[in-house]
Amino acid sequence: MNKPVKQIHLAAHFPGVNNTTVWSDPESGSQTDFASFVHLAQTAERGCFDFFFLAEGLRLREHRGRIFELDVVGRPDSLTVLAALAAVTDHIGLAATLNTTFNEPYELARQFATLDHLSGGRAAWNAVTSPDAFTGENFRRGGFLERSNRYERAGEFIEACRTLWDSWADDAVVADPDRPVFVPDGAIRRFEHHGEEFDIRGWFDVPRSPQGYPVQIQAGDSDGGRELAAEQTDVIFSRHSGFDDGRAFYADVKSRLERYGRRHDDLKIIPAATVVLGDTDADARERADHVHRQQVSPQGAIAFLEQVWGRDLSAYDPDGPLPDVEPDVDGIGSITRGRVRHEQDPRAVADKWRAMAEANHWSIRELIIEVTTRTAFVGSPRSVAERINAYVQADAADGYILIPHLTPHGLDDFVDRVVPELQERGVFRTEYAGATLRDHLGLPRPPAPLGVASLEVST
Amino acid sequence: MATRRWLRLGVSLDGLGRHPAAWRTDGADPAGAFTLAHLARAVALAEQGGLHFVTLDDGFGLQPGGEAAVRGRLDALLALAAVAPSTRSIGLVPMTDTTHTEPFNLAKNLATLDLVSAGRAGWWPNPTTAPEAAALFGRKPAPSSAEAWAETEDVIDVVRRLWDSWEDDAVIRDVATGRYVDREKLHYVDFEGRFFSVRGPSITPRSPQGQPVVFMSGEGAEAMAVAASQADVVVVDVGDAAEAARVRTDLHRRVAEAGRDPDDVALVTSIEAHLADELGAALAGRAELDDLSELRSSDRFRFTGTPAGLADVVASWFEREALDGVLVRPAVVDQTLPRLGGGTVPGLVARGLVAPPPADALLRTRFGLGRPASRYAARTAVAAGAEGRHP
Repeated sequence: MNKPVKQIHLAAHFPGVNNTTVWSDPESGSQTDFASFVHLAQTAERGCFDFFFLAEGLRLREHRGRIFELDVVGRPDSLTVLAALAAVTDHIGLAATLNTTFNEPYELARQFATLDHLSGGRAAWNAVTSPDAFTGENFRRGGFLERSNRYERAGEFIEACRTLWDSWADDAVVADPDRPVFVPDGAIRRFEHHGEEFDIRGWFDVPRSPQGYPVQIQAGDSDGGRELAAEQTDVIFSRHSGFDDGRAFYADVKSRLERYGRRHDDLKIIPAATVVLGDTDADARERADHVHRQQVSPQGAIAFLEQVWGRDLSAYDPDGPLPDVEPDVDGIGSITRGRVRHEQDPRAVADKWRAMAEANHWSIRELIIEVTTRTAFVGSPRSVAERINAYVQADAADGYILIPHLTPHGLDDFVDRVVPELQERGVFRTEYAGATLRDHLGLPRPPAPLGVASLEVST
Repeated sequence: MATRRWLRLGVSLDGLGRHPAAWRTDGADPAGAFTLAHLARAVALAEQGGLHFVTLDDGFGLQPGGEAAVRGRLDALLALAAVAPSTRSIGLVPMTDTTHTEPFNLAKNLATLDLVSAGRAGWWPNPTTAPEAAALFGRKPAPSSAEAWAETEDVIDVVRRLWDSWEDDAVIRDVATGRYVDREKLHYVDFEGRFFSVRGPSITPRSPQGQPVVFMSGEGAEAMAVAASQADVVVVDVGDAAEAARVRTDLHRRVAEAGRDPDDVALVTSIEAHLADELGAALAGRAELDDLSELRSSDRFRFTGTPAGLADVVASWFEREALDGVLVRPAVVDQTLPRLGGGTVPGLVARGLVAPPPADALLRTRFGLGRPASRYAARTAVAAGAEGRHP
């Protein structure tokens, strides 16, 4: 039995505010200037990528009670940057990560509908939840959301947005000067949403956008997150970029689609992945080692260790052995705030790391490089293309969101050297066939909303 | 000797025009109203015509007026961000709600508008007391007018603090110490008010202007009180030059009472205008519009005539010190906007009332405002000096 050859999907992630991004390299440009965003987005579009992706953070990270200085800090607002990028790109999708805890459905729904109009149908929304009171200190609502409620709020938030987007018919703007009717009364309807998190009603004020809804992206990995994705998400941004874990995740999530009446291809699984290229595989491995050392500075290695130990380790030599003191379990929760924490028992992690370091004669910094940096694809352009294709054809993924470690030229080599290899193999587009991001991803447009009259009916 | 006064010129591009029947005129492109191409064309025309800034109205909820009215709009801030890359010198001034939005989000979104436009962002904060708007959010009842303006004052205050929360040189990229930023140059704003609290700092570095230009409506005593303490540009709707002059004098007094320099605040009057190349054609066009719709905009000063005629009016008001600038609201954008650039602006330039283009494209410079240092940077400098005296 011959399986049809799958077409690969690729996305570009603007380098973010964590230690994947190397700012210390002489080639590293501004993380803030609009020109950096333009270059990366236009490079990805030159490479026929599906979409350009921006992450979100709403409070500067703190470590030991002070703002963390060692990684990239600060970024512009995603939606505003993407709106501007809509003007300097023609095809590529524009994806923003937006929180469902610190936004309200009415405002976010009109912002995404606006971005979709401005870009001619290229908007995507990565919906995330953040229950922490630390971030909440910057917002009206504060941080009172229960952790267990965060997926409920996210689910209800998205549902409320869809109610708003569905309150206008696709062709509601008739603009007939003779009658005169701009929008017929029957083509829009009053919306109501009454739930645990939101109790809202009224009239939505943005016409239904080219894609109906923005493409919905989600990163949830728990059982509940996978189920929610199977029910309503278009793209999963997973962290399973390996072969075996990728295949297991892929099979599990895709098997859930049928119970929601969705086809196998209606949900795309696109893990995050890093790439290091070289002229030869050996050259690439050497470059990867260099990148990993840049990603973990001596100071960064100590700070990372402190997250597990929960205590001040600044007296330790990053090039020396691991600390023999035990982790301070009570200190863990408060030492670093504003980023995802380890869920494992710190004492077990410490024991494991000490054993690894001892067996391999690793210093603190070498150990941290080993446990925190992982590059998914390392090799010559040809071998990286072959491996990406093999992974996709074997259902480890439908494609990858590439996270370059350098701004703004971090994708240049991939686009110039790997994309042609994929195109030669007939597994990646050589030009954009459709106009919208849904077209690029092969996703159906949401059906016309019920309860509002289309143009034909109203005339 | 007082510094030379210069006239500032802006245009409002809300919808297809200020007149309720604007979308029904020949040549209008109502179907394009929600596309970037349509807006970008209009803003480029305004820029080429020598206008200094463009405003876009916004607010939550559907426009009234039923089937014959334009209904639907785009988010103004995002729409103007999308025209930033195709323009070079014109200021971009979106209106935003202050009652139902998050101050933290406003600060970073506006700083980002300033970033993508290389320093051309303005901001027109505006509250709403409408119960219908409150129901769209469902988290608090509609405020009274007094509460809404008090909250708006807090919103502007905290947004301005957040804009200052990163000093200009906070990003140091010091490879030797492994530090990307100097946290001593990042500041908590620690705002606690009646309506909300915000800890800070912003997540967005300081923008090209540092402080984008704040526009406010000066309608009513409550608005005027907030404007006197917070606004850089105050927009009023007046019936004649004498009234404008009285409002301007009153504004100057209030600004001085708030401890600010009256020269730092511009009074701009809004003018609804319908222009044609001949007076007869303008009058006929206005009559045709009025025949099409019984609805009228709320504007108190409407002008119908030639581009040169409008220049005469603006020049005479300016020379009477009744205004520092105008915000023209075209009755029909497609008809009036080209004539502003084709006739009105050149007429005012020829009179020597309009400053030559500044060396930089910052909107602040256009309004005669320098680039302020972060308020926190000043504090750091003082503290450092104090330490120097007491080592």
